[in-house]
Amino acid sequence: MSILIDGTKKVLVQGITGREGGNRTRLMMEYGTRVTAGCTPGKGGREVLGVPVFDTVEEAVETRGEIDISVIFVPAPLVKNAALEAIEAGIRLLVLIPDRVPIYDVLEISEKAKEHGASFIGPNTLGLLSPGKATLGMIGGRAESARQWFEPGPVGVTSRSGGMTASVAYYLCRSGIGLSSIVHVGGDAVVGLPHPEIVRLFEQDPETKAIVMFGEIGTSQEETVADMIESGEVTKPLIAYIGGRQAKKGTRFSHAGAIIEGESGTWEGKVERLRNAGARVVEDFSEIPRVTLKVLREIKTL
Amino acid sequence: MARINEYQGKALLRENGIAVPEGGPAFCAEEARRIAERIGAPVVLKAQVWVTGRFAKGLIRFAQSPAEAYEKAGALLGRMVNNFPVECLLVEKRLAVAGEYYAGIIISDTRQRPEIIFSAKGGTGIEEIAVKYPGSLARTSVKLSDGFREYHAGNMIRKTGISGAAQRSLADILVKLWKTARRCEARSAEINPILETTEGQFLAADCRITIDDYAVFRHPELGIDIAREFDHPPTELEKIAYDLEKNDYRGTFYFIQLEKCFRKGEKYVGFHGAGGGGSMMSMDAIQRQGYRIANFTDTSGNPPASKVYRAAKIILSQGGIDGYFGSGSGVASQEQVNSARGLVKAFREEALGVPAVVRLGGNMEDEAVGLLTRYTEDLPGAVEGYKKDDPAAFCAKRLDELIGKAARKSKNQKRIEYTSRDLLRHAKVPREFKTLTGRVVFDHDRCASCESKICIASCDCGVLRLNEGLPVLAIPAEKAARGGCTECLACELECWFKGRKGAFVELPIPGLAENESPRQPEQDQGARL
Repeated sequence: MSILIDGTKKVLVQGITGREGGNRTRLMMEYGTRVTAGCTPGKGGREVLGVPVFDTVEEAVETRGEIDISVIFVPAPLVKNAALEAIEAGIRLLVLIPDRVPIYDVLEISEKAKEHGASFIGPNTLGLLSPGKATLGMIGGRAESARQWFEPGPVGVTSRSGGMTASVAYYLCRSGIGLSSIVHVGGDAVVGLPHPEIVRLFEQDPETKAIVMFGEIGTSQEETVADMIESGEVTKPLIAYIGGRQAKKGTRFSHAGAIIEGESGTWEGKVERLRNAGARVVEDFSEIPRVTLKVLREIKTL
Repeated sequence: MARINEYQGKALLRENGIAVPEGGPAFCAEEARRIAERIGAPVVLKAQVWVTGRFAKGLIRFAQSPAEAYEKAGALLGRMVNNFPVECLLVEKRLAVAGEYYAGIIISDTRQRPEIIFSAKGGTGIEEIAVKYPGSLARTSVKLSDGFREYHAGNMIRKTGISGAAQRSLADILVKLWKTARRCEARSAEINPILETTEGQFLAADCRITIDDYAVFRHPELGIDIAREFDHPPTELEKIAYDLEKNDYRGTFYFIQLEKCFRKGEKYVGFHGAGGGGSMMSMDAIQRQGYRIANFTDTSGNPPASKVYRAAKIILSQGGIDGYFGSGSGVASQEQVNSARGLVKAFREEALGVPAVVRLGGNMEDEAVGLLTRYTEDLPGAVEGYKKDDPAAFCAKRLDELIGKAARKSKNQKRIEYTSRDLLRHAKVPREFKTLTGRVVFDHDRCASCESKICIASCDCGVLRLNEGLPVLAIPAEKAARGGCTECLACELECWFKGRKGAFVELPIPGLAENESPRQPEQDQGARL
């Protein structure tokens, strides 16, 4: 199985008529994603790669039937509007691809999503991919690359670095380790589904046997995952790498950050919390496949 | 995070109805004296720099008279603090203090909401106070659709044991601080301390506000030039790079200079990464080979070739580098052919004289590496391209070997033209169209005798067609100028090698030519604190 995306989900692309929207729709469809509609205000009635384009999301839903997921490829200043529109039209999962979405816009999207029981990946995400099934966003760049690079299997990957998402996944597959799903949670401080939420989904997915997490300094995502392991909420083995060891000590926004977060956010803090909780923390990136193989043998999945 | 100065932050607070001490900013000693005369001594002089603990560092001074204000201002202005010169002082009336409080706003990533913090004890050492006196601290998160109202603030402050008139005044400040933060889209905003005077007035005695970088474009009123946090005042080159990025939404381009005063032979490399995580690892790899990094550059998010080209031009304009290291995550989803073309054009225009190693692993890596190495063979500097199965450490080692080899080789002084740039001046029948950030020029005189017509077949976005044997736009000119032409640079490069050298894509970098030469040594940074 997989999380969040597979070949059965019906997908809408907002901004399908743009450069990125069009290119990535091709990637998604060629890889196996069911793209059933596109939306660009003012361009209704056209077709992109055989997909009908609508002026509004509501119209797309009325015409094409229920839509599970919307992938948003519009310029950053327009993301809020596009996301609110999709949520109000009843779509339950959004993928916000663009970088540089203003943070208060993200907070407004988050609030609206909570009211409607919806959730979102990103912003500033490369997307997600379930090997052999379907993909949302731009992982792999082209369907043929994605097919060459990723194999289905028992390991779930969650990453905060876009570029490293594909790298971790590729190096695992090259070592013979298949993947259930690959998720780039997004590079911003506030993202809709951070590591803890993705780890929770992998925990619930029966086919996922182990989890690889590519963390980074800043925010409290990795610390929260450590809490979840400690409380028993996460039982599957977790292999973690934390990037940014060499970076300057996390820039504090203000005293307020220090008052609230205390020591969370630092490289040392994250590594220590995860180790104490029982995660396998790898300090050398190239060790991830070896340690993952070892873990899979321990739990007799290989 | 884009930071604004205390005096600018206080102006925002005042606009939103929060009282601040009487005074104003002074950019010279004479101005400080005049302000002191106007508001009356004693005054306090505060250096406008982004450090904590200014008082202990001698960056806050008191003056009993306008003459003393003049004298102390003169001593403060021009001092260097963390690479920044003190250019401005805030001159304010000195007040008699009866109490100090703290108010702050931050965005919580776990709650996905703004969070407001209040402390009944404020002033220096607020972080320690918070740990030591948890009872003096109250916090709450704001639901954006509800807002943050006086009663929310009152209920919060109440928990710290403050009631009556003081509670009401403080609640008023908290609500207005929230309004200020929301209006200017602050990542964080704090007043420390909120000062209670002996007359029972509450004022913002200090404030720190940082603005969300991604929202700066909506706030021209804040006058922020570069929406990024620098640990030094932005260099000319950084400003040039930032302006380019501001005007091109396709992908991301980030450029920051880590070193400025270095010469060839001092083991500095120009660094060109793709994506934050992979870049960090790649920089580690090259540093382990004993090199220092002149600059950090990141082009990612599927940038067009033109963006990668401009990044490379800026990196090379630094001069004095011994090598060029390009390396990102290793398995990029972006189209690496675009990166390769951008690099080739920049390397050719600059007649690259130092070795370059570029890791182009990922989507279309075979085409990308082939293009990069084939089209740079004639350059004085050796260029090597690598793929996703070549680790960053290996590539860093290769660069070191090439640099070693280059140092032993005698200089090739031959001057060759490596691009069709001269078309701009010498084309007999120039035909051009605008692109999003530049223009494409064909010399139809040359095109007429070209047999390959390679420009048509190689164009990534298919915007060219033949008209009576000559390349012309296949789409309306306005559409090409709005991004229909993706500036893939294929026509120029392919025509150079396979056609009649009759195509050129001009991609201006405003300010770069002037910035390039003569290179002046940066002034020494003067006295440090």
